[in-house]
Parts: sequence; C-alpha cells; structure tokens
Amino acid sequence: MRTVDILLFVVFPYVSVALAVLVGLYRYFFDRFSFSSFSSQFLENRALFFGSAPWHYALLIILAAHIAGMFTGFWSRFIAPPSRLYPLEAFGAALGLSSVVTLGVLFVRRLLNPRIRKVTTLPDWLLVIVLMLQLAVGVYVALFYRWGSLWYMYTAVPWMISLAKFQPAIQYVTSLPWIIKLHYLGGFLLLAIFPFTRLVHVVVFPITYLWRPYQVVIWNIRRRFAPAR
Amino acid sequence: MDVRAQVSMVFHLDKCIGCHTCSIACKNIWTDRKGTEYHWWNNVETKPGTGFPTLWEDQEKYRGGWERDPRTGKVRLKLQGKLGTLTNIFYNPYLPRIDDYYEPWTYDYENLFNAPLSDDQPTARPISMVTGEYIDTVEAGPNWDDDLGGSPVYADNDPNLKNLSPEERRSMQELGNLVFFYLPRICNHCLNPGCVAACPAGAIYKRGEDGIVLISQEKCRAWRMCISGCPYKKVYFNWFTGKSEKCILCYPRLETGQPPACFHACVGRIRYLGLILYDADRITWAISQPDEYLVEAQRSVILDPFDPEVIRNAKANGITDLMIEYAQRSPVYKFFKLWKLALPLHPEFRTLPMLFYVPPMQPVQAVQRNGVYETVDAGQEGLAPMLAALEKNRTPIKYLASLFSAGNEQIIREVYHKLIAVRIYMRFKKVGDVTPGDVQRALQLGQTTPDECEAIWRLTSLPTFEERFVVPPLAREMAVENQFPELDPERRNYPTYRAEVGFGFRKAPERRW
Ligand code: HEM
Ligand code: SF4
Ligand code: SF4
Repeated sequence: MRTVDILLFVVFPYVSVALAVLVGLYRYFFDRFSFSSFSSQFLENRALFFGSAPWHYALLIILAAHIAGMFTGFWSRFIAPPSRLYPLEAFGAALGLSSVVTLGVLFVRRLLNPRIRKVTTLPDWLLVIVLMLQLAVGVYVALFYRWGSLWYMYTAVPWMISLAKFQPAIQYVTSLPWIIKLHYLGGFLLLAIFPFTRLVHVVVFPITYLWRPYQVVIWNIRRRFAPAR
Repeated sequence: MDVRAQVSMVFHLDKCIGCHTCSIACKNIWTDRKGTEYHWWNNVETKPGTGFPTLWEDQEKYRGGWERDPRTGKVRLKLQGKLGTLTNIFYNPYLPRIDDYYEPWTYDYENLFNAPLSDDQPTARPISMVTGEYIDTVEAGPNWDDDLGGSPVYADNDPNLKNLSPEERRSMQELGNLVFFYLPRICNHCLNPGCVAACPAGAIYKRGEDGIVLISQEKCRAWRMCISGCPYKKVYFNWFTGKSEKCILCYPRLETGQPPACFHACVGRIRYLGLILYDADRITWAISQPDEYLVEAQRSVILDPFDPEVIRNAKANGITDLMIEYAQRSPVYKFFKLWKLALPLHPEFRTLPMLFYVPPMQPVQAVQRNGVYETVDAGQEGLAPMLAALEKNRTPIKYLASLFSAGNEQIIREVYHKLIAVRIYMRFKKVGDVTPGDVQRALQLGQTTPDECEAIWRLTSLPTFEERFVVPPLAREMAVENQFPELDPERRNYPTYRAEVGFGFRKAPERRW
C-alpha cells in the first residue's frame, strides 16, 4: 500500500466525515442563523426556474440511486434483468447530463446577473465549482465506463463499508482508473466542504411540515396552570 | 371555550392625512439595514390604487391566504398543499420578485460636490442599493401612486374596482368628483395567519400570551413560502441575509409599556391599540363561513371581557386579572365588537386579521349648476340629505364592501349609518341647527343611542394618549411574577431561562459562510 493511497482513501474520507459532522454541529449550535438555503429567487426568477427545480430533481434522483446502490442485496436484485439495467443506465446518464446543464444555468446566472453576484459569497463559488467538477467527472464515467450500477457495488460500496467498520480495505478502489478514483474522492470532498457552504440546507429539509399542525403558537411561560386539553 | 388574549388594533381612516410619518417612524427603528431598504412594515396606500407590492390584493397572481371549497365548506391554503410546498420548495412559482416592489436606490450625492467645473449643473444620479450601479430610469418606488399619481396605470387597475359598473368607475374619476382615501397597513397579527401556515420550517409563530406573530431568524431557512402565504404581503424577504422579516408590532416597546412606533408617531392620531379576548376554539368555524358572513363570524370569535363565563375561562387559561382588566378597557373591543364600527381588511382572505378599520366618511357627489358647485340633493332639506346621501357617496358602497366586508354591502351601510348618526347627533348638540326629528331618524337608522354617539364621538375626536393606547402589561418579569406566585429569587426557580427571552442575537445577522 502506497502512502498516497492511504492518505487519499483512508485518511481523507475520515477527515471529510469528521469535518462534516463536527463543523456541521458547531455551525448548527453556534451559528444557526446561517443554516439556510439562501434563496435568491427574490432577486432573479427566470433563470432560476430553468436552473433550480430541474437541477434539484435530477440531483436528488442521482443521489438516491447512489444511496440505494449501497444496499447491495436489494440493488443487485433490482438491476438484475437487463430490461431494467439498460434503461436505468440510460436514464442515469441523461439525468447526469441534465444536472450538469442546469447547474451550468445556475452558475452562469451567478456569474452574469449583477444582483445575484451581490449575494454570492466565496463558499458559494467553491460549492458550485466542486459540484460542477464532480458532476462532469460522474457523467464522463457513466458514458465511458459503462455499467457503473454494477461495478459500483463491488468497488466503492465495499470500500465505504470497510471504512464504516473501521477496517479500511482500500484494495477495492486503488487499482481503478484514475478518473473513477477522482469521482469517489470528489464525493468525500463534497462532504468535507458541506459544513462550510450553503449545502447545509440539505440536512434541514423541512419534512416535519407534513405532520405539523398549520398554526404554531409558542408560550413564553410554560403553561403549568393551563387546563389539560 | 379556549380563551386567549390578543393585542389588536384599530385604524380610524377618517383621520388619516396620508403623511407617512408612521412609515418613517418604523423604518428608522427597524428597517434601515442592508437588505431591508425596500421593506415597509408600515406603508400607506392611496385607494383606489394598486398598493404595495403592486396588486397585492390580487390573489390569482400571488395566491395568498386561504380558500374555501364551496362544496365542502373546508378551508385550505390557496398557495398549495403541504406536499406541494415540499415539491415546489426549489422554486416557488408564486413568489413576488423585487420588481413587484421596487429596486431600492439612493443618489450619487457626492457628484454634487466633486463634479468638475462645467456649464451645466451637476446631477445626482440614482444608484441601486442592491447592485451599486447607476439606474437610468427609476420605474417604481414606495407610494409611487400616492394621491392618485399615475391613475391610468395604478388607480384604474385596483382589483376592488372589478365589480363596479363602468358608470360607477367613470364617476369616481370625474374631475370635481374625484375621490381617494388613505389606507395605512401593517401586519394584522392574524388569528389564522397564512404566513405561519405556509412556512414549512415552522419558523413563524404566534406568541401565546399576546398573539404577536414573529419570525424566528434562527429557524428561517429561506424556503420563502410565507411571502406568498400572507395575503397582505406583509412578510418581506431580506435579500441580503436571505431571511424573511416582518412587522414585530414593536414588541420590545410593548414590553416596556410603550405603543408601537407607528402608533406613537401617528400625526392624525388615527391609531388605537388594546387587548381583546377571543375564543380559539371557534377559529375553524369562523374561517369556514361563506364570504358574506365572515365579518359577523369574526365578531363572534371576539369575546365580551365583562361576561363572567368568559372571565372564568380566561383565568382557567392562565390569563391574569390584570390582563382581563386591560381587555375591558380596550378601545379595539369598543370599535370592533361593541359599536361595530370597525371592519377587517379583506376578510375573504380568511386569516382573521386583528387590525380593524373604521371606514372613512366620504364626500358626496357634486354637480356644477349654473356655475355653482353643489352637492347632490343638498339644499332643500337642511342636513337630512346626509342620511339619504349614502348611496350618493363618491366612493361606491360596492367598492368599500370589496375592501372591508368581502362584498357584504349591508354591513358597510350599517357602519355608515351609525357614523352619520354620530355626526348628526353631535351637530344637533353643538351647533343646534338640526331638528330633533332628523336626529331621531338618524339615531334610528344608525341603530344607536345618544349615549353611544357621545362615547363614539369622544373616543374618535378627543381621546387621550392613554385612551388610544391601552398597552397591556406585557413586561416579561411581571408576566412571570403574576403567573407564578411561588417564584422565589433566592431559589431562582424561574420557569424561563435567559437564552429564551429577549433579543437573541449574539452574532451579526449576516452571511458568514
Ligand atoms: C434535500 C432537499 C433539498 C432542498 C429542499 C433544497 C432546496 C434549495 C433551495 C430552496 C435553494 C435556493 C434556490 C433559490 O435561490 O431560490 C437551493 C439552492 C441550492 N442547492 Fe439545494 N436543496 C436540496 C438539496 C440539495 C442537494 C442535495 C444539493 C447538492 C448536493 C443542493 C445544492 C444546491 C445548490 C448548489 C444551490 C445554489 C444554487 C444557486 O447557485 O443559486 N441542494 N436548494
Ligand atoms: S398579516 Fe401578518 S400575521 Fe397575517 S398572514 Fe400576513 S404576515 Fe402573517
Ligand atoms: S402617521 Fe397616521 S395620519 Fe400619517 S399616514 Fe400614518 S396613519 Fe396616516
């Protein structure tokens, strides 16, 4: 095992996860004000329509597929029939491409619209650029190293599981083509920058809205004397 | 009966002189920060007009408030369902844009000092406060249609004119018959707020003790649904911090016994503030009524603070004796519930707004006869025509009904009959040129009594500061002590903790990441 490999495939993932969790928690408890999607729709509407909604839908589906693939038992049964695998691969590639295009729309919007430039911070640029590279590499891999939905289960998944078990087994990934390795490392790079950027909006997705009553009332004094109702 | 207390308000439109002092008082205290330049938590509109933001009353455009299904009588958010909120979260199709308000600007004043010597006067060009770049033509601003400025573009498109006949619309714009009045607006601190219901993060809440609606800046995640959800467009997006903000009813002032700044500053003294008690159990019933019953339904949600049954239930709910006493002295209770003179703005939005308006007295129509300018029907019968003249108001009843009673013209008539009765009665007393017969007729039509007229007149014309603003005892220390007699500073057995009360910012509210 070469030192670089250990640094990249053992140390770096652990550092990324540690950063994501520790800085994320720090930010949540000490700067909750900044936990936000920082919507810029109020300043610009049209490009955002073509950027934001399709981008998020494409990306969330891709992300869901990456997570589903980690459940190898389920996933291998799911993609076993070729009648499913082929459309799935095609669909994935299409989604990947559209996510690149729509993120491109968002990128250009940030670059060219003077109003949006005023509400863009350095972390915003960092996030969009890293995402863009990761997506571009992902799409390249999808197009030129077919059947990723299969070999993903035998390379990245066991590697990540070994990391989770604290028994790093990097042989699953070290001999892969460098571009695939880049994609794997890109995922952890995103985790590493997650707590420093607006990406934190992902973990505050307001799912509780679905079962919360419409109206929210907060009492200053806990109503100890209030009748039971 | 679930009795709760609410700080609520009355604006007496007859007295508003459209000076915008209220707006400035508010801006100086709360919204002179970057990102809030265009926020007017208090704004004053000219009616007829399109308001601020442009056409805010048009809910087909902005989809604010609630909507009643005529078949089931059930009420739902007009914006979208809960699932719709989560699927539209990446892009809110009904979000107003900054251009629906205006791009805030300042002027290049420096050029006035630094311009090189030349044949022409130097100018101060407008500069956008968002981008910092020059703006060639300023196309919109606050009060852009003040006093009917630009009527063909603004006043003509007032959504409330929709139901008027072309005849009525024309007469409202005839020279010599022209009419407008002012409509100051702040957040209504509704009982069934659309902003709270629309916020998926649960960042907006109503304070239990006084009903003030606030946005937690720590919990707001810029999902920006509240801006659409509020039919009055009284949630403003801070484009710089990426958070929604709204009128806080100056709660830090209220908690120290002062009325809100806009109330305090009001030149026309049109504003009243007081506590009312209401029955939270009846809200669902009230908002489900058909349009024409909404005002009456809202009145019936408000409780009589002298009723022993109400007092008993209020106490059981932890409302203190002192608060009940303040509710009994409330001018809002009188104007809205007792005298039925004040009306909610656009009750058909079904948020149960807790700011009520006494509609303005209207000039009657006039005609030119042989070069003499005469009010319609005046002359022959002394002052009595004032009674008959209601239908000849320059502002058609239908227009006022569209604003204040969800189209119920009878309610508007009743309010005006009472307002007219007060005038005729007081004229009878002070000037004495009205016959007792006319007074009797007026009182009867207005369904009022001499005593009531006198009380209305007094609270309308001569109220003291303390009569206008019956600021309830909201001081937190007092509230705590009142409610928990067993509290002991020695043992420090307080039910609240430091970080839970008062201003919570320990870091500047701006982007850091
Ligand atoms: C969990 C569900 C998610 C929700 C509800 C969500 C919601 C949002 C919202 C409301 C915005 C602001 C759009 C605006 O300007 O109005 C936004 C922006 C953004 N989101 Fe998400 N998001 C989610 C997941 C993600 C994920 C998984 C990623 C990437 C890995 C992501 C990346 C971004 C980026 C890069 C922007 C900035 C776009 C720009 O340049 O304006 N989001 N998101
Ligand atoms: S008027 Fe105020 S309380 Fe009512 S919905 Fe709008 S912001 Fe909310
Ligand atoms: S300060 Fe009073 S009188 Fe002046 S515009 Fe505001 S509400 Fe009207």
